[in-house]
Amino acid sequence: MLGKISRREFIKIAGTGVGALAVGGSLYKLASDVIFNNDDNGPVVKTPTYCEMCTYQCAGWVYKKGTAPWKIVGNELDEHCYGRMCTKGLSGLGAYLDPNRLKTPLIRKKERGKQVFKEASWDEAFAYIADKMEYIKQKYGPESVALFSHGSGGHWFKTLLKAYGTNSFAAPSYANCRGPREEGYVLTYGEPIDTPERTDMKNTKCLVLIGSHIGENTHSQQVIEFSQAVANGASIIVVDPRFSVAASKAKYWLPIKPGTDIALLLAWMHVLIYDELFDKRYVFNNTVGFEQLKQSVKNTTPEWAYPITSIQPELIRETAKEMAKCSPATIIHPGRHNVWYGDDTQRVRAGAILNALLGSWGRKGGFFYPEKVELPEYPTPPFPHPKKSFKDAVNNKYELANLIVSSGICDATIHNVMNGNSFYEGWFIYGSNLLKALPQQEKTIKALQDLELVVVVDILPTEITGWADVVLPDTTYLERYDDIRTSQGRTPQIALRMPAFNPKYNSRPAWWIAKNLAEKMGLGDYFPWKTIEEYLDYKLKAVGTSLEEMKQVGVKNFERQTPLYITGSQLSRLDTPSGKIELYSSTLASYGFDPIPTYTKHEDPPKGYYRLLYGRSPFHSFARTINNPILSQLQNENAVWVHPTVAQEWGLKNGQYVKLENQDSVVSNKVKVKVTERIRPDCVYMVHGFGSRQKHLKRAFKKGADDQQLITKVNVDPVMGGQAMHGNFVTFKV
Amino acid sequence: MNSKTKKYAMVIDTRLCVGCGACVAACKMENQVPEGLHRDWIVEQVTGTYPNLSMEIRSERCNHCSNAPCITSCPTGASHRKEGTNIVVVTANKCTGCKACMASCPYNARFVMPDGYVSKCTFCEHRLDEGLDPACAAACPTHAISFGNLHDKMSHVSKLLKVRKYKTIIPEAGTEPNIFYLL
Repeated sequence: MLGKISRREFIKIAGTGVGALAVGGSLYKLASDVIFNNDDNGPVVKTPTYCEMCTYQCAGWVYKKGTAPWKIVGNELDEHCYGRMCTKGLSGLGAYLDPNRLKTPLIRKKERGKQVFKEASWDEAFAYIADKMEYIKQKYGPESVALFSHGSGGHWFKTLLKAYGTNSFAAPSYANCRGPREEGYVLTYGEPIDTPERTDMKNTKCLVLIGSHIGENTHSQQVIEFSQAVANGASIIVVDPRFSVAASKAKYWLPIKPGTDIALLLAWMHVLIYDELFDKRYVFNNTVGFEQLKQSVKNTTPEWAYPITSIQPELIRETAKEMAKCSPATIIHPGRHNVWYGDDTQRVRAGAILNALLGSWGRKGGFFYPEKVELPEYPTPPFPHPKKSFKDAVNNKYELANLIVSSGICDATIHNVMNGNSFYEGWFIYGSNLLKALPQQEKTIKALQDLELVVVVDILPTEITGWADVVLPDTTYLERYDDIRTSQGRTPQIALRMPAFNPKYNSRPAWWIAKNLAEKMGLGDYFPWKTIEEYLDYKLKAVGTSLEEMKQVGVKNFERQTPLYITGSQLSRLDTPSGKIELYSSTLASYGFDPIPTYTKHEDPPKGYYRLLYGRSPFHSFARTINNPILSQLQNENAVWVHPTVAQEWGLKNGQYVKLENQDSVVSNKVKVKVTERIRPDCVYMVHGFGSRQKHLKRAFKKGADDQQLITKVNVDPVMGGQAMHGNFVTFKV
Repeated sequence: MNSKTKKYAMVIDTRLCVGCGACVAACKMENQVPEGLHRDWIVEQVTGTYPNLSMEIRSERCNHCSNAPCITSCPTGASHRKEGTNIVVVTANKCTGCKACMASCPYNARFVMPDGYVSKCTFCEHRLDEGLDPACAAACPTHAISFGNLHDKMSHVSKLLKVRKYKTIIPEAGTEPNIFYLL
């Protein structure tokens, strides 16, 4: 049948059986083209950068024709992207050229949330902040200021606030994204997975993805190595309620009932152990708790898992055998965004235990040992010691959390939550749109109302800027130096970001803002360098290179000091209490948690409701790119995926708009229906980050629906405070 | 076409393409394609019913056909072949914007520029002159897009078509397209 349909008809066909999507082709025309309106055709120049369109920080080159921005391409020396950037990285100039950018410092004139600001000079803005910070320090102590940050510029504000005397630094990426993954692996192997992931995908023979939609998530290294695995003929096993792009490449797709992954993982463990398919020598040498594990999964057979997961027992057996056949070159991928149901650390741990049974940790085609270049810090005076810490703020909840939980800061800010007193009185928010990054928006807003000071440093007028007392316009990554990128990988590498353009409008680079504000607050000693170039050169010379050299190459590779994998089957001592892989975790046991993961049933949607699942689009990094003038041409709204039988029941047509209503009667903005066989009938799916309610984002305003608004119910992971967001149910308001 | 000419082709591996749109963004930036227009695009085609599904993802663009209706239908000679190659190009200042080429193209690969002339993919002819691959092929993260000369039996594209099953789009239109999709 293929080839019988022209593209014109393709776009018309509704998604029952055959569906199609044409990327681009948006029909609206803007009066002016913000991207290509500069006709400078001077000589081509290129400057090195590393990307900030997501947090993967791929290194690349920014090209100009004379002074005119032209394009960005990947740096061939870089292992984050192997010279090939993703859609967002290639569209980075859109961030620089976005006419809706914040243009000058703003100071609030009316109550928070009203978005009435006066334009201010940098001096005025700094004076305002410095006064308030002094007041807070005297009245409440410096520990009562918290920082939320996301992205490379946050580093400078950490230095500023450490100098001020607080250590409450939160990132939504912990409790609202990959925290469970890192803690699950720390508990099992003594080390986190970290970024870029230590997965040896390009050499793997069998890759198991549980909910990870690589390909739609476009972290370059992950996508490239995934495609190498596909090209090498590796067996791909995808567990996902949705037929993801990755599932379309898979040998096996397991359309699991949402919320039951642990049951499947326990059944796989049962098969590996009781059919004696596990790596016996590796497990004997390197693990503790095997006997307890064996006992624990005695009854979790595929037949037991079938009614729970809806996955046929023979399929569970067959996939377990496939994993064993390919081991140790088998990866149960640890995923990335793990906060789903509230037992997420345990679910990740179940995958980690499977990896141990397959002997993949430290083995080729499994998990390699990453290395990293250690750069010295530029010398500063010693930082003050905070008298209280975030652990006091959250009453020592989540003692196994290695990072602060953002919602904990919200709780500790809201008066009345903590015996009428609040722990936090000031928030610095760098590059994180908390109203889109955290669930339970009302709680975030309640906390915002209770603060003495809210400072937002950002590039765009996002939802959160409307709640600030002071808004400071950061430059985009293309207009500034930043700290040297040093990240883990097969090859220890460093990368330079340097400005390709002068700051637009009255924006200033993050480092400049932090340094000048520090000087205003009497903390200038903590930024003792005169210029950023001096700071960078000091660090680079310490590792045998220089700023001059880095400007030429962009990325520098260093020799590895240790082997990439182990030979044989003996791991060296791990950083766990036993020094071995903890199949049975005595740490978890001592805190009163399950030492070995167990399955607990989650709530099902009530009749007429469907579980709301969300994920990623390859064209966007969530809310931060939806206003990008290039990327919004590729996708300017999201859609809600609905199975044909559900669509029929509700009389929904492909392409029509509906509103969604959740279990707490919260109603979304209107969103387009995508009727597709690619989703289970008991859930709906949408891409996260759309449905902006910030009128200053002209391209994004009210386009699509905001899943975050519908996530009013959060299941907290008792181990580390992760906020699970897959527990919400929606129905249609036609 | 005689064998002295170059017969450029793109061989796109549908097994590797993840539909990420990097080809679309790379082309847009490389060729400064105006707002709302694009020379290449992604098509996702789903077959089957839940849970027995398959999906083919394709990156599509002008097929630089060996039997190109856009050239024969163009009244002014604006649509023509770049000398010594099969690449179909449009000379902007010869084009009157009559859209005959657009009506004749079965692939919907052409569009009207804001200035009124018709435009489309050129296989990045300016890059080929420098010995570079087209921007989409150079950017594709999964290396799904290969580019080369089919008249050279040793080229990567020739070898791929020898060992892999492939298809073209709407072959029955008789245009002899030069974009091949590996299955």
